[in-house]
Amino acid sequence: MKCNSCLQQISSYLDGEIDAELKRTLEEHLRGCHHCEVIFDSTKKTIELYCDGELFQLPTATRDRLHAALRRHWQEKAG
Amino acid sequence: MAESPQVVERKDDSVLVTEAKAGSYAAFEELVNRYENKIYRLGLNLTGNPEDAEDMLQEAFLKAFLHLPDFREDARFYTWLVRIAINEGLMKLRKQRADKSVPIEETVSEDGEALPREFSDWRPDPEEQYKQAEIEKILQQAAQSLPPGFRTVFLLRDVEELSTRETAELLGLTEGAVKARLFRARLQLREELSKVFKRG
Repeated sequence: MKCNSCLQQISSYLDGEIDAELKRTLEEHLRGCHHCEVIFDSTKKTIELYCDGELFQLPTATRDRLHAALRRHWQEKAG
Repeated sequence: MAESPQVVERKDDSVLVTEAKAGSYAAFEELVNRYENKIYRLGLNLTGNPEDAEDMLQEAFLKAFLHLPDFREDARFYTWLVRIAINEGLMKLRKQRADKSVPIEETVSEDGEALPREFSDWRPDPEEQYKQAEIEKILQQAAQSLPPGFRTVFLLRDVEELSTRETAELLGLTEGAVKARLFRARLQLREELSKVFKRG
């Protein structure tokens, strides 16, 4: 497998959407190609960072405003 | 006599939806508590600023509250909520773009070149190397470097974990286009973050 073919498949590989034979060939390529291995590892890490639940916490003041607005609408609806 | 530990039962979303539909504000509030942080994060990464993220958050939950009686529960509550939120977010983006006279759907080809240029290893654990606020800024700036149509696909598929089909339906794209955009978005984000996180 050449690097360009490996690269084209990295996204599908991450999603578990490639067949067993292609997966085996791709993993063999990754073991022997440092560039592709770096691209795979850093792409995976990119996704993990955006999914990190510790990041982008809702500020307390924003949360308070949200709950106040919702409670007000609920009460108006309830009459 | 030893007291038995108090077990707080975590209700399924579907139970809370039923209770909220029947008039329980506590049930609705519990749904808000569960997902407010994720919707806010989605808003920040989509719109790129806290004011628009807050507007998106408020509008999404307000619409969820107003339309809850119409929610037929053929999807998970969270998927339904994300649909509402993303539509609100896209309206914000259109407004941002209109203010700058730039169309939201740039003519970026889905099958264009996306060849990586950064091949350096990353330093381990960027989360520990940077302050939280710094990492958040880096991630937000990288997300903003993507065309909105690609950014949206990345956020829906990789962060909100919608399926390819759900994402395609929501954005009016083919499944092939979703996969192509996701591929390009992942590589471009990786490229942007590599500039910051690479060794040396």
